[in-house]
Amino acid sequence: MNVTVKTVEAVLLLLAVMLLAMPAAAQERFEDPQLRERFSELTRELRCPKCQNESIAESGAPISEDMRERVRRMMREGATDEEIRQAMVDRFGSFVSYRPEFAPRTWALWIGPFVALVIGVGVVLALVARNRARRQLDSTPLSDEERRRAEQWLRDE
Amino acid sequence: MNRIWLFLPLVLAVTLGVVLYWGLGEDPSELDSALVGREVPSFELPMLREAESPARPEMLKGKVQLLNVWATWCAACRVEHPHLNRLAEQGVPIVGLNYKDERDKAVEWLAERGDPYTQVIYDPEGSLGFDLGVYGAPETYLIDAKGIVRHRHVGVVDQDVWESDFEPLYERYRQDG
Repeated sequence: MNVTVKTVEAVLLLLAVMLLAMPAAAQERFEDPQLRERFSELTRELRCPKCQNESIAESGAPISEDMRERVRRMMREGATDEEIRQAMVDRFGSFVSYRPEFAPRTWALWIGPFVALVIGVGVVLALVARNRARRQLDSTPLSDEERRRAEQWLRDE
Repeated sequence: MNRIWLFLPLVLAVTLGVVLYWGLGEDPSELDSALVGREVPSFELPMLREAESPARPEMLKGKVQLLNVWATWCAACRVEHPHLNRLAEQGVPIVGLNYKDERDKAVEWLAERGDPYTQVIYDPEGSLGFDLGVYGAPETYLIDAKGIVRHRHVGVVDQDVWESDFEPLYERYRQDG
């Protein structure tokens, strides 16, 4: 008898702990599945300033909870995704956006790969062109004068 | 083709190495504030000790001063507090922003440890903190006479930080104003 009571207690305790351990984002969700989807996408694109490598959707830091709350509020007030993202960047800096903006300080980030690609293609084309030119040169038959000089050199060897 | 071009890949690799090595020395938890160069956001909050009287955004204008974000739950604030007391003794005006805290505890803390603040804004919900981009306490802002944020430091402001990061700016903006 006693054992059963203890078991029940243990199971209840375990359930309670599991409830506590539920992700913070699960609290107070949007009813509308479309809004829920939008909220989840937005919070996954915003980075927690405190924990650095977690989005605010995953993070349990208090600041992430505050940020999620602000996202919810702005969504209810009818703000667009861009407005919400901008509001966060205005406060916490461009660091919080997992999608860096296209600004002078991020030009190298956005354009760099394409510049590298163009340079790479350029180098390959130049090498191919040079190789072809050399092969063409190799296959040109020697003139009589050249043949005579080559034979001369070989004899001198 | 000029032979010197053969060294180009080496030069590029070394340059990249230097840039990346330099990046290693940066503290990734130190974010540049979006607020530097901009005015302190407006707010409607009470004072900590005088619950009835509202804190006014104008209190952050008129002179160069520090805005220090603190809370009794914040362990590093304990470390920072004596440093703030000393700065206040030296005549540096510091406005406190009590962040996500309980009024009674905060008042008690100041009674126990000394009060370096000229005034303390009470922000239990962290609403001004949010607009400032605060993501942990303590944080300290240098605000010039026009109410514009000139510098932000995340973490404890001790003697070293004060001398290297704050004091030169503090003196400069005091001369400007």
